[in-house]
Amino acid sequence: MGRITARPILAPARPIVFNFVLYRFVSLALSLVAASVVIFVVIEVVPGDPAAFMLGLNAQPDTVAALRDQLGLNAPPLERYFQWIAGLAQGQFGISYTYKVPVAELVADRIWISLPLAIYALGLSILIAFPVGIVAAARRNSAADVSIMGATQLGVAVPNFWFAMLLVLGFSITLRWFSAGGFPGWQAGFLEAMKALTLPAIALALPQASILARVMRSSLLDTLAEDYVRSARAKGLTRGQALWRHALRNALIPVLTIIGLQFSFLLAGAIIIENVFFLPGLGRLVFQGITQRDLIVVKSVVMLLVVAVIAVTFLVDLAYAIADPRLRQHR
Amino acid sequence: MTVSIKALAIAGFAALAVAVSPAFAQRTDINVGMVLEPPNLDPTAGAAAAVDEVVYANVFEGLTRFDPSGAVIPGLAESWEISADGLAYTFHLHSGVKFHDGSAMDAEDVKFSLDRARAEDSVNAQKALFADIASVDVVDPQTVKITLSRQNGNFLFNMAWGDAVVVAPETAANNATNPVGTGPFTFVEWVQGDHVEIAKNPDYWGTPVRLDSAIFKFIDDPTAAFAAMMAGDVDAFPNFPAPETLPQLGADPRFSVIVGSTEGETILAINNVKAPLDNVLVREAIAHAINRQEIIDGAMFGYGTPIGTHFAPHNPAYIDLTSTSAYDPEKSKALLAEAGYASGLTLRLALPPPTYARRGGEIIAAQLRAVGIETEIANVEWAQWLEQVFTGKDFDLTIVSHTEPMDIGIYARDDYYFQYKSDAFKKIIEDLNTTTDPEGRTALLQDAERKIADDFVNGYLFQLAKTGVANAKIHGMWENSPTQANDLTAVYWDE
Amino acid sequence: MIEAEPVARSIELWRTALRTRSFIGGAALTAIFVIAALVSFVWTPFDVTTLTIADRLQGLSGVHWFGTDHFGRDIFSMVMVGARTSIAVAIVAVGIGMALGVPLGLAAAARRGSLADEFIMRGNDLVFAFPALLIAILITAVFGPGAVNAIIAIGIFNIPVFARLTRGAALSLWTREFVLSARVAGKGAIRISVEHILPNILNLLIVQGTIQFSLGILAEAALAYVGLGARPPLPSWGKMLADAQTMIGFAPHMALIPGFAIVLTVLGLNLMGDGLRDILDPRIRRSRT
Repeated sequence: MGRITARPILAPARPIVFNFVLYRFVSLALSLVAASVVIFVVIEVVPGDPAAFMLGLNAQPDTVAALRDQLGLNAPPLERYFQWIAGLAQGQFGISYTYKVPVAELVADRIWISLPLAIYALGLSILIAFPVGIVAAARRNSAADVSIMGATQLGVAVPNFWFAMLLVLGFSITLRWFSAGGFPGWQAGFLEAMKALTLPAIALALPQASILARVMRSSLLDTLAEDYVRSARAKGLTRGQALWRHALRNALIPVLTIIGLQFSFLLAGAIIIENVFFLPGLGRLVFQGITQRDLIVVKSVVMLLVVAVIAVTFLVDLAYAIADPRLRQHR
Repeated sequence: MTVSIKALAIAGFAALAVAVSPAFAQRTDINVGMVLEPPNLDPTAGAAAAVDEVVYANVFEGLTRFDPSGAVIPGLAESWEISADGLAYTFHLHSGVKFHDGSAMDAEDVKFSLDRARAEDSVNAQKALFADIASVDVVDPQTVKITLSRQNGNFLFNMAWGDAVVVAPETAANNATNPVGTGPFTFVEWVQGDHVEIAKNPDYWGTPVRLDSAIFKFIDDPTAAFAAMMAGDVDAFPNFPAPETLPQLGADPRFSVIVGSTEGETILAINNVKAPLDNVLVREAIAHAINRQEIIDGAMFGYGTPIGTHFAPHNPAYIDLTSTSAYDPEKSKALLAEAGYASGLTLRLALPPPTYARRGGEIIAAQLRAVGIETEIANVEWAQWLEQVFTGKDFDLTIVSHTEPMDIGIYARDDYYFQYKSDAFKKIIEDLNTTTDPEGRTALLQDAERKIADDFVNGYLFQLAKTGVANAKIHGMWENSPTQANDLTAVYWDE
Repeated sequence: MIEAEPVARSIELWRTALRTRSFIGGAALTAIFVIAALVSFVWTPFDVTTLTIADRLQGLSGVHWFGTDHFGRDIFSMVMVGARTSIAVAIVAVGIGMALGVPLGLAAAARRGSLADEFIMRGNDLVFAFPALLIAILITAVFGPGAVNAIIAIGIFNIPVFARLTRGAALSLWTREFVLSARVAGKGAIRISVEHILPNILNLLIVQGTIQFSLGILAEAALAYVGLGARPPLPSWGKMLADAQTMIGFAPHMALIPGFAIVLTVLGLNLMGDGLRDILDPRIRRSRT
């Protein structure tokens, strides 16, 4: 699902002007305001009263009213919006309706699963994609290239939750090497914790690695076709030498962009995988928040994820501008 | 604080002992699997059953409590007297009862807990349990007198609910994250999203428990629950979420499968005031279109007992009325024709998340289609179900399991979501409330059972089974589920 | 980066396409599922709305080619009807994305650097910034699950993809000579966009459309898997996988078969899209020769 957000590869970088940073900063702020409004409005119209949900079938109307008061749900929407924003600005996300602890605390707990999982998955995907992509580019049209490209096509086509089910079937139910899910907590030891994250990381990494390998390959092929690489080869370098000495470094720019985007996707988009392996991460926190109508958790965490994605995009753009001065003048 | 350090020391010592002689040591820890994680650990402020499944009888206790058979037995109150008019209850509390923070539990705490639950700003999900209390008076530190505003034959039963536990004024506000009760286990830690750990309370006032520690692990995925059982990650799963895998687990000598009963009458609830469902012929047609055994087999893989009315089969007053609404599609079609719907009709079917509803709903939809009733299935979350179906009464059909014990009285409430309105039925319930002799009560209950079956108020499907799996060496788990609890106070390991 | 190509050349390109291996393979795979979906309207081996509980969880056999599910339904028939659901949802969702995204992209390119351009592109960034699945879940929480809401949820995230792509491609065309001469001839921005820009980026849109189509199928499967797709009794591949999950230990065919259906369809569409891209992307063609 998250993969539909992948930017079309053919889209050119946006025009970048000299007061680039300031300009991007203002638009960043505006984006955040717009995002907060959208999130707030969507949450407002979600049917289902959190108080009624928490109190269940036998609740009396006055009890529900008392709880709504206690949760601060009776204030007018505009007031609640500004309270929420003011809280966010001070790092106060509010108190979770169901867990009765500050949302910030919940997030702080959960991020130590989502973040390591994202890093683990990204690490795996880079570890697979780089060598595979380089080999495919270096031996273009060879049997290796063709089979690698075929495999990555398959990797992109496999739904990650289905792949996760197959991993559970194979490694948990049949071989019993890994537990089928859950997270023992970091206090159980680093290796134990990493073991619990291994199957989810593999499930997440496979499609990402396939995408990355393809980007790596095509980016390398593009740079190999550039004039300066051609002239290097004309001076007697072999294709392999040219690739290592000249092409690789320059080919990394689009690859890094994809990695940046993938990271924010992995952080926010692991929701299904977190559910398959019932990892108590951020995505699952929001998913449960939606079904339990813990709306304060939902809006604050979604906002946080949006901020993270916007920030990463901003940093990637910035890194682009710094890494490639041509882009700043290029029109 | 000293308490927990002592508990830790004992637990540590026990662990050491296990390490020294693993072959002979009796295990004194247990990992219990639960499907849902409790949203918090305060049983007095919310309806989530998962809270009680962790803390009921283990961490918190009330004046009375349920035993495994559902009978009400003494809890913190060792005895009580009821005045001749049935309005005054005098409870004598056990002496030497301490909260986990070391403070003594006395009549003041009982008064505080009950007054808090029935206060105006109370957020107790079962506030109705306390509705008849007129006053709570402290007679002396070991004695508390509760005066009712009217007779209530269920009062001792009501006080056994998890929502009526005794809490301390100093710690009540923090029970959501750090529960402090009087029970035989103390709260140790809650790793959110994964587990809650409790440990033996060395200062417990009653019979000490045989386990030193227990961990409740939350696994809401049926596949993972199965895998966790097979891998030994959990030792017991009292409400196992995947009945389809039970035969496989039962065939494994390491495990015992415990199939018991619950208080959950699973029904196809019908909106009795909405046309055409206000026509009893249509409701009867729906009842005869339902093949209960097919639903039990297809949705619950055979676990469940068919019911013909809103009453638990394990209750002595139960009568089998399934023949009143026997599966008979031809009769169903004839009834529809008689009601003027020979060409069929279309109804909405709202399905909340549990498997019995989602799978059962697909089967019922197919069965209804066979007699000419089309259904539009809408899968809803609980929050939405509460708002739209339960409170808003905007539905035609829905499937839900009514898990409260002895809840046939809901049919006497005009505004209850299925909106059955019968003066005759209300009369039966009124009589029941004022009748005290057991035989008279049984007769009235059976009248009530018959009345709603004959009026085809709802489609009565099956009594939800409690399907549990445990390591074969574990003993003392509850077989049935008179209330939602994982009472570990009597649990121990073989050898 | 995109060469402006006279419209007439695209016919020749399609001819090349039919000689490309990956395109042929992909198109064949896709065709199998499209045909299955179409045939399911008039015929399936068994009725997918009739449950035969007694026949549940059968393995592969001569009667039930792909076995039966936990309700005794014929999985082969369900895969056929599921193809219909997946394809319909994905096509309409991509259609929404194109119908709204392409005009937005054209407008942004025509008024490059203007406030409107800025507004459209920032709006795009904003949609990109939202965790797609979470928003889809929220949308279905608001409107209830169902095929239409799944389409809307997927469609929304397709809009910026097409808007961005269109703007990028259109921008480079606006500097080209044939557009400049059209401007000199006094044609307005809308006319130029429709008459000169759009026909020249059509190939590009078709390629991207194929890719988005396959992503749409994956997205529909994911939504249905978490219970937010088409309503029962309409079968959908994602829902079949969700149903299969608890039974994977003793009825793995229930999970394997719909999974393979998804993989093969997506693979087919991707191969087709890649084949098209190879043919249409001038850089690759240049380096091939």
